[in-house]
Amino acid sequence: MKKMENRTNPENFIHAADLRCSYRDENGNRQEILHGVSFDVARGEYVAILGHNGSGKSTLAKLINGILEPDGGTLVVAGKDLASPDVTDDDIYELRRQVGMVFQNPDNQLVATLVEEDVAFGPENLGVPTAEIRQRVDAALATVGMTDYARHEPHRLSGGQKQRVAIAGILAMEPSCMILDEATAMLDPAGRREVLSTVERLNREKGITLITITHYMNEAAHADRVIVLNDGKILLEGTPAEVFAEPEKLMAAGLDVPQCTALVHGLRASGAALEGEPVTIEECADLICRAWEEKRHGDRRA
Amino acid sequence: MKNIAFGQYYPARSPLHALDARMKVILAILYIVCTFLCKNVFCFGALLASALLLVLCSRVPLRIILRSLRPVLFILLFTAVLNVFLTGGETELFGFWRLHVYVEGVYHAAFMMVRIVVLILTTSLFLTYTTTPIALTDAIESLLTPLRWLHVPVHEFAMMMTIALRFIPTLTEETYKIMSAQKARGVDFSHGGLIRRARALIPILIPLVVSSFRRADELAMAMECRCYRGGKGRTKMTVPHLHVYDLFALLLVVAFGAGIVWLNRQGYGYTMPR
Repeated sequence: MKKMENRTNPENFIHAADLRCSYRDENGNRQEILHGVSFDVARGEYVAILGHNGSGKSTLAKLINGILEPDGGTLVVAGKDLASPDVTDDDIYELRRQVGMVFQNPDNQLVATLVEEDVAFGPENLGVPTAEIRQRVDAALATVGMTDYARHEPHRLSGGQKQRVAIAGILAMEPSCMILDEATAMLDPAGRREVLSTVERLNREKGITLITITHYMNEAAHADRVIVLNDGKILLEGTPAEVFAEPEKLMAAGLDVPQCTALVHGLRASGAALEGEPVTIEECADLICRAWEEKRHGDRRA
Repeated sequence: MKNIAFGQYYPARSPLHALDARMKVILAILYIVCTFLCKNVFCFGALLASALLLVLCSRVPLRIILRSLRPVLFILLFTAVLNVFLTGGETELFGFWRLHVYVEGVYHAAFMMVRIVVLILTTSLFLTYTTTPIALTDAIESLLTPLRWLHVPVHEFAMMMTIALRFIPTLTEETYKIMSAQKARGVDFSHGGLIRRARALIPILIPLVVSSFRRADELAMAMECRCYRGGKGRTKMTVPHLHVYDLFALLLVVAFGAGIVWLNRQGYGYTMPR
Protein backbone atom coordinates (compact mmCIF):
# COMPACT_ATOMS: atom_id res chain seq x y z
CA MET A 1 0.00 0.00 0.00
CA LYS A 2 3.07 2.22 0.23
CA LYS A 3 2.84 3.01 -3.46
CA MET A 4 -0.61 4.43 -3.07
CA GLU A 5 0.39 7.26 -0.75
CA ASN A 6 1.96 9.46 -3.41
CA ARG A 7 -1.14 9.37 -5.56
CA THR A 8 -1.32 12.76 -7.13
CA ASN A 9 2.22 13.86 -7.51
CA PRO A 10 3.41 15.37 -10.81
CA GLU A 11 6.78 13.76 -10.11
CA ASN A 12 5.25 10.38 -10.75
CA PHE A 13 6.03 8.48 -13.94
CA ILE A 14 2.52 9.13 -15.20
CA HIS A 15 0.39 11.94 -13.82
CA ALA A 16 -3.02 12.53 -15.33
CA ALA A 17 -5.47 15.14 -14.07
CA ASP A 18 -8.89 15.80 -15.56
CA LEU A 19 -7.70 14.18 -18.78
CA ARG A 20 -10.08 14.53 -21.73
CA CYS A 21 -9.95 13.04 -25.19
CA SER A 22 -12.35 13.01 -28.11
CA TYR A 23 -12.48 12.03 -31.75
CA ARG A 24 -14.54 13.04 -34.75
CA ASP A 25 -17.08 10.45 -35.87
CA GLU A 26 -18.11 9.92 -39.51
CA ASN A 27 -20.53 12.85 -39.37
CA GLY A 28 -17.81 15.18 -38.14
CA ASN A 29 -19.27 15.49 -34.66
CA ARG A 30 -16.94 15.46 -31.69
CA GLN A 31 -17.40 12.42 -29.50
CA GLU A 32 -15.74 12.64 -26.11
CA ILE A 33 -14.33 9.30 -25.01
CA LEU A 34 -12.55 10.30 -21.82
CA HIS A 35 -14.47 12.73 -19.62
CA GLY A 36 -11.88 13.93 -17.14
CA VAL A 37 -9.77 11.06 -15.87
CA SER A 38 -7.29 11.56 -13.03
CA PHE A 39 -4.75 8.99 -11.88
CA ASP A 40 -1.07 8.54 -11.18
CA VAL A 41 1.33 5.71 -11.82
CA ALA A 42 4.56 5.58 -9.83
CA ARG A 43 7.81 4.26 -11.23
CA GLY A 44 8.02 0.47 -11.01
CA GLU A 45 4.33 0.07 -10.25
CA TYR A 46 2.10 -2.58 -11.83
CA VAL A 47 -1.29 -1.14 -12.72
CA ALA A 48 -4.14 -2.93 -14.46
CA ILE A 49 -6.70 -0.84 -16.31
CA LEU A 50 -10.02 -2.65 -16.66
CA GLY A 51 -13.04 -1.79 -18.68
CA HIS A 52 -15.48 -3.22 -21.19
CA ASN A 53 -15.32 -2.40 -24.91
CA GLY A 54 -15.71 1.30 -25.54
CA SER A 55 -14.92 2.29 -21.96
CA GLY A 56 -11.94 4.35 -23.14
CA LYS A 57 -9.21 2.08 -21.86
CA SER A 58 -7.42 1.74 -25.21
CA THR A 59 -7.71 5.46 -25.79
CA LEU A 60 -5.97 5.96 -22.47
CA ALA A 61 -3.09 3.71 -23.56
CA LYS A 62 -2.75 5.55 -26.85
CA LEU A 63 -2.61 8.88 -25.01
CA ILE A 64 0.22 7.70 -22.78
CA ASN A 65 2.20 6.66 -25.85
CA GLY A 66 1.58 9.82 -27.82
CA ILE A 67 -0.48 8.12 -30.53
CA LEU A 68 -3.45 10.32 -29.62
CA GLU A 69 -3.37 13.87 -28.33
CA PRO A 70 -5.33 14.91 -25.25
CA ASP A 71 -7.99 17.60 -25.70
CA GLY A 72 -7.84 18.90 -22.18
CA GLY A 73 -6.46 18.39 -18.72
CA THR A 74 -2.93 17.39 -17.80
CA LEU A 75 -0.97 14.34 -18.83
CA VAL A 76 2.63 14.20 -17.72
CA VAL A 77 4.55 11.11 -18.79
CA ALA A 78 8.23 10.75 -17.86
CA GLY A 79 8.42 14.45 -17.08
CA LYS A 80 6.86 15.66 -20.36
CA ASP A 81 3.48 17.38 -20.44
CA LEU A 82 1.78 15.83 -23.45
CA ALA A 83 -1.22 18.14 -23.19
CA SER A 84 0.81 21.27 -23.74
CA PRO A 85 0.65 22.68 -27.29
CA ASP A 86 4.42 22.82 -27.77
CA VAL A 87 5.05 19.07 -27.79
CA THR A 88 7.40 18.34 -30.69
CA ASP A 89 7.87 15.17 -32.74
CA ASP A 90 11.19 14.70 -30.99
CA ASP A 91 9.44 14.73 -27.61
CA ILE A 92 7.11 11.98 -28.81
CA TYR A 93 10.09 10.03 -30.16
CA GLU A 94 11.82 10.36 -26.79
CA LEU A 95 8.61 9.28 -25.04
CA ARG A 96 8.23 6.16 -27.16
CA ARG A 97 11.77 5.17 -26.41
CA GLN A 98 10.75 5.06 -22.74
CA VAL A 99 7.22 3.72 -23.05
CA GLY A 100 6.92 0.54 -25.09
CA MET A 101 3.59 -0.78 -26.24
CA VAL A 102 2.49 -4.33 -27.02
CA PHE A 103 -0.67 -4.50 -29.13
CA GLN A 104 -3.50 -6.98 -29.39
CA ASN A 105 -2.80 -8.72 -32.69
CA PRO A 106 0.60 -10.40 -32.60
CA ASP A 107 0.71 -10.69 -36.41
CA ASN A 108 0.33 -6.98 -37.00
CA GLN A 109 3.26 -5.79 -34.93
CA LEU A 110 6.07 -8.03 -36.12
CA VAL A 111 7.92 -6.35 -38.96
CA ALA A 112 10.79 -8.59 -39.99
CA THR A 113 10.98 -12.04 -41.51
CA LEU A 114 13.20 -13.44 -38.73
CA VAL A 115 12.60 -13.29 -34.98
CA GLU A 116 15.98 -11.76 -34.14
CA GLU A 117 15.68 -9.22 -36.96
CA ASP A 118 12.35 -8.14 -35.54
CA VAL A 119 13.74 -7.72 -32.04
CA ALA A 120 16.53 -5.64 -33.58
CA PHE A 121 14.03 -3.33 -35.30
CA GLY A 122 13.59 -0.97 -32.31
CA PRO A 123 17.28 -0.57 -31.45
CA GLU A 124 18.06 -0.12 -35.15
CA ASN A 125 15.57 2.73 -35.28
CA LEU A 126 17.22 4.31 -32.25
CA GLY A 127 20.60 4.23 -33.98
CA VAL A 128 22.23 1.93 -31.45
CA PRO A 129 25.75 0.81 -32.55
CA THR A 130 25.83 -2.54 -34.37
CA ALA A 131 27.71 -4.53 -31.71
CA GLU A 132 25.39 -3.30 -28.96
CA ILE A 133 22.26 -4.22 -30.94
CA ARG A 134 23.50 -7.82 -31.07
CA GLN A 135 23.95 -7.85 -27.27
CA ARG A 136 20.58 -6.27 -26.62
CA VAL A 137 18.78 -8.68 -28.95
CA ASP A 138 20.41 -11.73 -27.39
CA ALA A 139 19.66 -10.46 -23.87
CA ALA A 140 16.04 -9.61 -24.71
CA LEU A 141 15.41 -12.98 -26.33
CA ALA A 142 16.95 -14.75 -23.33
CA THR A 143 14.76 -12.74 -20.94
CA VAL A 144 11.54 -13.82 -22.66
CA GLY A 145 12.86 -17.36 -23.17
CA MET A 146 12.90 -17.27 -26.97
CA THR A 147 16.63 -17.71 -27.61
CA ASP A 148 16.07 -21.04 -29.37
CA TYR A 149 13.75 -19.37 -31.85
CA ALA A 150 16.08 -16.50 -32.83
CA ARG A 151 16.42 -17.66 -36.44
CA HIS A 152 12.79 -18.74 -36.86
CA GLU A 153 10.19 -17.05 -39.03
CA PRO A 154 7.53 -15.26 -36.93
CA HIS A 155 4.59 -16.88 -38.73
CA ARG A 156 5.68 -20.32 -37.54
CA LEU A 157 5.34 -19.37 -33.86
CA SER A 158 2.31 -19.74 -31.60
CA GLY A 159 0.36 -16.66 -30.50
CA GLY A 160 1.98 -16.59 -27.07
CA GLN A 161 5.44 -16.95 -28.59
CA LYS A 162 4.74 -14.13 -31.05
CA GLN A 163 3.70 -11.84 -28.21
CA ARG A 164 6.84 -12.78 -26.29
CA VAL A 165 8.86 -11.79 -29.36
CA ALA A 166 6.96 -8.49 -29.45
CA ILE A 167 7.82 -8.00 -25.76
CA ALA A 168 11.48 -8.76 -26.52
CA GLY A 169 11.33 -6.18 -29.31
CA ILE A 170 10.21 -3.55 -26.79
CA LEU A 171 12.68 -4.77 -24.16
CA ALA A 172 15.61 -4.36 -26.57
CA MET A 173 14.80 -0.63 -26.62
CA GLU A 174 15.40 -0.58 -22.84
CA PRO A 175 12.18 1.21 -21.87
CA SER A 176 11.22 2.24 -18.36
CA CYS A 177 7.54 1.44 -18.90
CA MET A 178 5.63 -1.19 -20.83
CA ILE A 179 1.96 -1.00 -21.82
CA LEU A 180 0.08 -4.14 -22.83
CA ASP A 181 -2.96 -3.01 -24.80
CA GLU A 182 -5.16 -6.14 -24.64
CA ALA A 183 -2.05 -8.08 -25.57
CA THR A 184 -3.55 -11.34 -24.35
CA ALA A 185 -6.99 -10.99 -25.91
CA MET A 186 -6.24 -13.15 -28.95
CA LEU A 187 -4.36 -15.86 -27.06
CA ASP A 188 -5.41 -19.19 -25.61
CA PRO A 189 -5.20 -19.60 -21.80
CA ALA A 190 -1.68 -21.09 -21.97
CA GLY A 191 -0.42 -18.25 -24.16
CA ARG A 192 -2.07 -15.73 -21.85
CA ARG A 193 -0.24 -17.11 -18.82
CA GLU A 194 3.02 -17.21 -20.79
CA VAL A 195 2.79 -13.53 -21.70
CA LEU A 196 1.57 -12.27 -18.32
CA SER A 197 4.15 -14.17 -16.30
CA THR A 198 6.87 -12.77 -18.58
CA VAL A 199 5.88 -9.14 -18.09
CA GLU A 200 5.16 -9.58 -14.39
CA ARG A 201 8.67 -10.95 -13.94
CA LEU A 202 10.11 -7.95 -15.82
CA ASN A 203 8.16 -5.67 -13.51
CA ARG A 204 9.48 -7.43 -10.40
CA GLU A 205 13.07 -8.00 -11.48
CA LYS A 206 13.89 -5.03 -13.69
CA GLY A 207 11.54 -2.52 -12.09
CA ILE A 208 9.84 -1.76 -15.41
CA THR A 209 6.58 0.10 -14.84
CA LEU A 210 3.84 -2.15 -16.12
CA ILE A 211 0.39 -1.12 -17.32
CA THR A 212 -1.89 -3.86 -18.57
CA ILE A 213 -5.14 -3.01 -20.28
CA THR A 214 -7.68 -5.79 -20.33
CA HIS A 215 -11.25 -6.83 -19.82
CA TYR A 216 -10.34 -10.12 -18.16
CA MET A 217 -10.75 -9.63 -14.42
CA ASN A 218 -8.50 -12.55 -13.59
CA GLU A 219 -5.55 -10.86 -15.27
CA ALA A 220 -5.78 -7.94 -12.89
CA ALA A 221 -5.38 -10.14 -9.81
CA HIS A 222 -1.58 -9.81 -9.61
CA ALA A 223 -1.47 -6.04 -10.15
CA ASP A 224 -0.46 -3.58 -7.42
CA ARG A 225 -3.44 -1.46 -8.30
CA VAL A 226 -6.52 -1.73 -10.46
CA ILE A 227 -8.28 1.13 -12.21
CA VAL A 228 -11.76 0.37 -13.54
CA LEU A 229 -12.96 2.59 -16.37
CA ASN A 230 -16.59 2.91 -17.33
CA ASP A 231 -17.83 5.22 -20.09
CA GLY A 232 -14.73 7.38 -19.99
CA LYS A 233 -14.66 7.83 -16.22
CA ILE A 234 -12.87 6.10 -13.40
CA LEU A 235 -15.39 3.94 -11.60
CA LEU A 236 -13.20 2.19 -9.06
CA GLU A 237 -9.59 2.36 -8.04
CA GLY A 238 -7.65 0.34 -5.50
CA THR A 239 -5.90 -2.94 -4.83
CA PRO A 240 -7.37 -5.98 -6.59
CA ALA A 241 -8.94 -7.13 -3.29
CA GLU A 242 -10.59 -3.75 -2.76
CA VAL A 243 -11.91 -3.57 -6.31
CA PHE A 244 -13.13 -7.16 -6.45
CA ALA A 245 -15.03 -6.60 -3.21
CA GLU A 246 -17.59 -4.57 -5.13
CA PRO A 247 -19.15 -7.06 -7.53
CA GLU A 248 -22.32 -5.01 -8.01
CA LYS A 249 -20.39 -2.00 -9.31
CA LEU A 250 -18.28 -4.19 -11.56
CA MET A 251 -21.32 -5.84 -13.03
CA ALA A 252 -22.91 -2.45 -13.61
CA ALA A 253 -19.79 -1.51 -15.60
CA GLY A 254 -20.35 -4.51 -17.85
CA LEU A 255 -17.45 -6.49 -16.39
CA ASP A 256 -17.54 -10.06 -15.26
CA VAL A 257 -16.72 -10.58 -11.64
CA PRO A 258 -13.77 -12.94 -11.21
CA GLN A 259 -14.95 -16.49 -10.53
CA CYS A 260 -13.36 -16.57 -7.06
CA THR A 261 -15.09 -13.39 -6.02
CA ALA A 262 -18.42 -14.61 -7.37
CA LEU A 263 -18.02 -17.89 -5.52
CA VAL A 264 -17.10 -16.30 -2.19
CA HIS A 265 -19.88 -13.74 -2.44
CA GLY A 266 -22.36 -16.47 -3.33
CA LEU A 267 -21.29 -18.62 -0.39
CA ARG A 268 -21.48 -15.67 1.95
CA ALA A 269 -24.98 -14.83 0.72
CA SER A 270 -26.05 -18.35 1.60
CA GLY A 271 -24.73 -17.99 5.12
CA ALA A 272 -21.12 -19.20 5.04
CA ALA A 273 -18.75 -17.39 7.39
CA LEU A 274 -15.97 -16.36 5.01
CA GLU A 275 -13.67 -13.51 5.84
CA GLY A 276 -11.48 -11.51 3.47
CA GLU A 277 -11.40 -11.02 -0.30
CA PRO A 278 -9.52 -13.75 -2.13
CA VAL A 279 -8.01 -12.57 -5.40
CA THR A 280 -6.31 -15.62 -6.79
CA ILE A 281 -7.65 -19.16 -7.12
CA GLU A 282 -5.14 -20.40 -4.50
CA GLU A 283 -6.24 -17.83 -1.94
CA CYS A 284 -9.85 -18.68 -2.60
CA ALA A 285 -9.25 -22.42 -2.17
CA ASP A 286 -7.33 -21.73 1.07
CA LEU A 287 -10.11 -19.59 2.45
CA ILE A 288 -12.83 -22.11 1.73
CA CYS A 289 -10.76 -24.98 3.15
CA ARG A 290 -10.10 -23.07 6.34
CA ALA A 291 -13.76 -22.18 6.75
CA TRP A 292 -14.67 -25.82 6.08
CA GLU A 293 -12.20 -27.07 8.74
CA GLU A 294 -13.47 -24.56 11.31
CA LYS A 295 -17.05 -25.51 10.63
CA ARG A 296 -16.25 -29.22 11.05
CA HIS A 297 -14.40 -28.59 14.35
CA GLY A 298 -17.30 -26.46 15.53
CA ASP A 299 -19.83 -29.19 14.65
CA ARG A 300 -17.78 -31.84 16.46
CA ARG A 301 -17.56 -29.73 19.61
CA ALA A 302 -21.29 -29.17 19.56
CA MET B 1 -0.56 -23.53 -44.03
CA LYS B 2 2.53 -23.24 -41.88
CA ASN B 3 4.98 -24.64 -44.40
CA ILE B 4 4.85 -22.02 -47.12
CA ALA B 5 8.36 -21.57 -48.47
CA PHE B 6 9.61 -18.05 -49.03
CA GLY B 7 10.65 -17.88 -52.66
CA GLN B 8 12.55 -20.96 -53.70
CA TYR B 9 15.50 -20.81 -51.36
CA TYR B 10 17.19 -24.18 -51.09
CA PRO B 11 19.11 -24.43 -47.81
CA ALA B 12 22.49 -26.09 -48.28
CA ARG B 13 26.17 -25.51 -47.65
CA SER B 14 27.87 -24.72 -50.92
CA PRO B 15 30.39 -22.27 -52.37
CA LEU B 16 27.49 -20.38 -53.92
CA HIS B 17 25.53 -20.17 -50.65
CA ALA B 18 28.62 -18.80 -48.92
CA LEU B 19 28.99 -15.86 -51.29
CA ASP B 20 27.98 -12.39 -50.11
CA ALA B 21 24.47 -11.57 -51.38
CA ARG B 22 25.62 -8.25 -52.84
CA MET B 23 28.32 -10.01 -54.78
CA LYS B 24 25.77 -12.50 -56.05
CA VAL B 25 23.60 -9.68 -57.42
CA ILE B 26 26.64 -8.24 -59.20
CA LEU B 27 27.65 -11.66 -60.52
CA ALA B 28 24.15 -12.30 -61.80
CA ILE B 29 24.23 -9.02 -63.71
CA LEU B 30 27.69 -9.81 -65.13
CA TYR B 31 26.44 -13.21 -66.18
CA ILE B 32 23.51 -11.65 -68.02
CA VAL B 33 25.98 -9.42 -69.88
CA CYS B 34 28.04 -12.52 -70.73
CA THR B 35 25.04 -14.32 -72.21
CA PHE B 36 24.40 -11.37 -74.50
CA LEU B 37 28.04 -11.15 -75.55
CA CYS B 38 27.98 -14.70 -76.91
CA LYS B 39 27.95 -14.89 -80.70
CA ASN B 40 29.26 -18.23 -81.95
CA VAL B 41 29.13 -21.91 -81.16
CA PHE B 42 32.26 -21.85 -78.94
CA CYS B 43 30.84 -19.12 -76.78
CA PHE B 44 27.50 -20.79 -76.29
CA GLY B 45 29.22 -24.09 -75.56
CA ALA B 46 31.36 -22.44 -72.90
CA LEU B 47 28.30 -20.63 -71.53
CA LEU B 48 26.26 -23.80 -71.18
CA ALA B 49 29.20 -25.64 -69.62
CA SER B 50 29.76 -22.86 -67.09
CA ALA B 51 26.08 -22.81 -66.17
CA LEU B 52 26.10 -26.56 -65.55
CA LEU B 53 29.25 -26.14 -63.46
CA LEU B 54 27.45 -23.52 -61.38
CA VAL B 55 24.54 -25.91 -60.86
CA LEU B 56 26.98 -28.54 -59.60
CA CYS B 57 28.67 -26.00 -57.32
CA SER B 58 25.36 -24.89 -55.80
CA ARG B 59 24.46 -28.41 -54.55
CA VAL B 60 20.85 -27.69 -55.51
CA PRO B 61 19.37 -30.85 -57.06
CA LEU B 62 19.00 -30.61 -60.85
CA ARG B 63 15.39 -31.77 -60.53
CA ILE B 64 14.51 -28.64 -58.54
CA ILE B 65 16.35 -26.36 -60.92
CA LEU B 66 14.64 -27.83 -63.96
CA ARG B 67 11.35 -27.03 -62.29
CA SER B 68 12.15 -23.31 -62.61
CA LEU B 69 12.39 -23.80 -66.39
CA ARG B 70 8.92 -25.28 -66.69
CA PRO B 71 7.03 -21.95 -66.82
CA VAL B 72 9.19 -20.73 -69.71
CA LEU B 73 8.97 -23.95 -71.70
CA PHE B 74 6.30 -22.48 -73.95
CA ILE B 75 8.26 -19.28 -74.61
CA LEU B 76 11.31 -21.41 -75.28
CA LEU B 77 9.56 -23.54 -77.90
CA PHE B 78 7.82 -20.52 -79.40
CA THR B 79 11.13 -18.66 -79.84
CA ALA B 80 12.78 -21.75 -81.28
CA VAL B 81 10.05 -22.34 -83.86
CA LEU B 82 9.95 -18.67 -84.87
CA ASN B 83 13.71 -18.50 -85.22
CA VAL B 84 13.98 -21.71 -87.18
CA PHE B 85 11.48 -20.53 -89.78
CA LEU B 86 12.11 -16.82 -89.89
CA THR B 87 15.88 -16.60 -89.98
CA GLY B 88 17.13 -16.18 -93.50
CA GLY B 89 20.42 -17.63 -94.71
CA GLU B 90 22.35 -19.15 -97.57
CA THR B 91 22.36 -22.90 -97.05
CA GLU B 92 18.81 -24.16 -97.28
CA LEU B 93 18.18 -27.32 -95.30
CA PHE B 94 14.69 -28.03 -96.54
CA GLY B 95 11.63 -26.12 -97.53
CA PHE B 96 8.00 -26.65 -98.27
CA TRP B 97 5.20 -24.36 -99.32
CA ARG B 98 6.41 -20.87 -98.30
CA LEU B 99 8.51 -22.02 -95.38
CA HIS B 100 12.25 -22.43 -95.71
CA VAL B 101 14.59 -23.70 -93.06
CA TYR B 102 18.22 -22.69 -93.31
CA VAL B 103 21.22 -24.04 -91.39
CA GLU B 104 21.71 -20.54 -89.99
CA GLY B 105 18.15 -20.61 -88.68
CA VAL B 106 18.74 -23.84 -86.78
CA TYR B 107 21.92 -22.43 -85.25
CA HIS B 108 20.18 -19.20 -84.39
CA ALA B 109 17.29 -21.00 -82.73
CA ALA B 110 19.66 -23.22 -80.73
CA PHE B 111 21.68 -20.21 -79.60
CA MET B 112 18.55 -18.36 -78.50
CA MET B 113 17.38 -21.34 -76.52
CA VAL B 114 20.73 -21.72 -74.77
CA ARG B 115 20.70 -18.01 -74.05
CA ILE B 116 17.26 -18.10 -72.42
CA VAL B 117 17.95 -21.28 -70.47
CA VAL B 118 21.29 -20.00 -69.14
CA LEU B 119 19.76 -16.62 -68.32
CA ILE B 120 17.07 -18.19 -66.16
CA LEU B 121 19.31 -20.86 -64.71
CA THR B 122 22.04 -18.51 -63.51
CA THR B 123 19.85 -15.70 -62.22
CA SER B 124 17.68 -18.10 -60.25
CA LEU B 125 20.77 -19.91 -58.97
CA PHE B 126 22.43 -16.72 -57.78
CA LEU B 127 19.39 -14.83 -56.58
CA THR B 128 16.73 -17.29 -55.41
CA TYR B 129 18.08 -20.79 -54.83
CA THR B 130 21.17 -19.84 -52.86
CA THR B 131 20.12 -16.48 -51.35
CA THR B 132 17.38 -15.96 -48.77
CA PRO B 133 14.86 -13.23 -49.65
CA ILE B 134 15.98 -11.25 -46.60
CA ALA B 135 19.62 -11.34 -47.68
CA LEU B 136 18.55 -10.37 -51.18
CA THR B 137 16.51 -7.41 -49.94
CA ASP B 138 19.42 -6.22 -47.79
CA ALA B 139 21.80 -6.65 -50.72
CA ILE B 140 19.59 -4.62 -53.05
CA GLU B 141 19.27 -1.89 -50.43
CA SER B 142 23.00 -1.82 -49.92
CA LEU B 143 23.78 -1.76 -53.65
CA LEU B 144 21.26 1.00 -54.36
CA THR B 145 22.48 3.18 -51.48
CA PRO B 146 24.35 5.55 -53.86
CA LEU B 147 20.98 6.42 -55.41
CA ARG B 148 20.07 8.24 -52.21
CA TRP B 149 22.03 11.09 -53.65
CA LEU B 150 19.35 11.37 -56.29
CA HIS B 151 16.68 11.31 -53.56
CA VAL B 152 15.55 7.79 -54.44
CA PRO B 153 13.87 6.36 -51.30
CA VAL B 154 16.09 3.28 -51.19
CA HIS B 155 15.50 2.41 -47.55
CA GLU B 156 11.74 2.79 -47.86
CA PHE B 157 11.77 0.54 -50.90
CA ALA B 158 13.72 -2.16 -49.04
CA MET B 159 11.39 -1.84 -46.04
CA MET B 160 8.40 -2.36 -48.29
CA MET B 161 9.97 -5.51 -49.71
CA THR B 162 10.72 -6.85 -46.22
CA ILE B 163 7.17 -6.21 -45.03
CA ALA B 164 5.75 -7.81 -48.18
CA LEU B 165 7.86 -10.91 -47.56
CA ARG B 166 6.85 -10.95 -43.90
CA PHE B 167 3.13 -10.81 -44.71
CA ILE B 168 2.96 -13.32 -47.59
CA PRO B 169 2.42 -16.31 -45.24
CA THR B 170 0.10 -14.34 -42.95
CA LEU B 171 -2.12 -13.26 -45.82
CA THR B 172 -2.05 -16.71 -47.42
CA GLU B 173 -3.26 -18.19 -44.17
CA GLU B 174 -5.97 -15.56 -44.00
CA THR B 175 -7.05 -16.29 -47.58
CA TYR B 176 -7.60 -19.93 -46.68
CA LYS B 177 -9.56 -18.92 -43.58
CA ILE B 178 -11.81 -16.62 -45.61
CA MET B 179 -12.24 -19.32 -48.25
CA SER B 180 -13.37 -21.82 -45.62
CA ALA B 181 -15.71 -19.24 -44.13
CA GLN B 182 -17.25 -18.50 -47.52
CA LYS B 183 -17.49 -22.20 -48.36
CA ALA B 184 -19.38 -22.66 -45.11
CA ARG B 185 -21.79 -20.01 -46.36
CA GLY B 186 -22.28 -21.93 -49.59
CA VAL B 187 -19.96 -20.16 -52.04
CA ASP B 188 -18.88 -22.64 -54.71
CA PHE B 189 -15.30 -22.23 -55.94
CA SER B 190 -14.86 -25.44 -57.87
CA HIS B 191 -17.70 -25.55 -60.36
CA GLY B 192 -18.81 -23.56 -63.34
CA GLY B 193 -16.97 -21.81 -66.12
CA LEU B 194 -14.13 -19.35 -65.94
CA ILE B 195 -16.30 -16.29 -65.40
CA ARG B 196 -18.38 -18.01 -62.75
CA ARG B 197 -15.26 -19.07 -60.87
CA ALA B 198 -13.69 -15.64 -61.19
CA ARG B 199 -16.85 -14.15 -59.73
CA ALA B 200 -16.72 -16.58 -56.85
CA LEU B 201 -13.36 -15.02 -55.93
CA ILE B 202 -14.94 -11.65 -55.18
CA PRO B 203 -16.24 -12.70 -51.74
CA ILE B 204 -12.64 -13.72 -50.91
CA LEU B 205 -10.86 -10.72 -52.32
CA ILE B 206 -12.98 -8.04 -50.71
CA PRO B 207 -12.56 -9.20 -47.08
CA LEU B 208 -8.88 -9.85 -47.79
CA VAL B 209 -8.27 -6.33 -49.09
CA VAL B 210 -10.25 -4.76 -46.25
CA SER B 211 -8.33 -6.72 -43.64
CA SER B 212 -5.00 -5.93 -45.34
CA PHE B 213 -5.72 -2.24 -44.93
CA ARG B 214 -6.55 -2.77 -41.27
CA ARG B 215 -3.34 -4.72 -40.81
CA ALA B 216 -1.33 -2.02 -42.58
CA ASP B 217 -2.83 0.59 -40.28
CA GLU B 218 -2.01 -1.39 -37.14
CA LEU B 219 1.47 -2.26 -38.36
CA ALA B 220 2.23 1.39 -39.11
CA MET B 221 1.17 2.31 -35.58
CA ALA B 222 3.27 -0.48 -34.06
CA MET B 223 6.27 0.63 -36.11
CA GLU B 224 5.89 4.23 -35.02
CA CYS B 225 5.67 3.09 -31.43
CA ARG B 226 9.01 1.42 -31.90
CA CYS B 227 10.50 4.76 -32.91
CA TYR B 228 10.56 4.12 -36.65
CA ARG B 229 11.25 7.34 -38.53
CA GLY B 230 12.38 6.11 -41.92
CA GLY B 231 15.95 5.32 -42.86
CA LYS B 232 17.49 8.42 -41.30
CA GLY B 233 19.87 7.72 -38.41
CA ARG B 234 19.14 4.01 -38.53
CA THR B 235 21.78 1.42 -37.76
CA LYS B 236 21.84 -2.25 -38.68
CA MET B 237 22.32 -5.33 -36.54
CA THR B 238 24.11 -7.27 -39.27
CA VAL B 239 26.61 -5.48 -41.47
CA PRO B 240 27.90 -7.81 -44.20
CA HIS B 241 31.57 -7.78 -45.13
CA LEU B 242 33.12 -8.72 -48.44
CA HIS B 243 35.72 -11.47 -48.17
CA VAL B 244 38.66 -12.38 -50.41
CA TYR B 245 36.51 -15.30 -51.47
CA ASP B 246 33.86 -12.94 -52.92
CA LEU B 247 36.48 -11.00 -54.84
CA PHE B 248 37.88 -14.25 -56.19
CA ALA B 249 34.44 -15.18 -57.53
CA LEU B 250 34.18 -11.75 -59.17
CA LEU B 251 37.57 -12.24 -60.78
CA LEU B 252 36.50 -15.62 -62.09
CA VAL B 253 33.35 -14.29 -63.74
CA VAL B 254 35.19 -11.28 -65.23
CA ALA B 255 37.82 -13.65 -66.63
CA PHE B 256 35.00 -15.75 -68.06
CA GLY B 257 33.57 -12.66 -69.75
CA ALA B 258 36.97 -11.84 -71.24
CA GLY B 259 37.20 -15.44 -72.48
CA ILE B 260 33.83 -15.04 -74.21
CA VAL B 261 35.02 -11.89 -75.98
CA TRP B 262 38.14 -13.72 -77.11
CA LEU B 263 36.13 -16.73 -78.35
CA ASN B 264 33.88 -14.37 -80.32
CA ARG B 265 36.90 -13.34 -82.39
CA GLN B 266 37.55 -16.94 -83.46
CA GLY B 267 35.13 -16.76 -86.38
CA TYR B 268 33.86 -20.25 -86.93
CA GLY B 269 30.59 -21.47 -88.33
CA TYR B 270 27.50 -19.37 -87.81
CA THR B 271 27.95 -16.07 -86.00
CA MET B 272 24.93 -14.23 -84.69
CA PRO B 273 24.39 -10.86 -86.38
CA ARG B 274 24.92 -7.54 -84.60
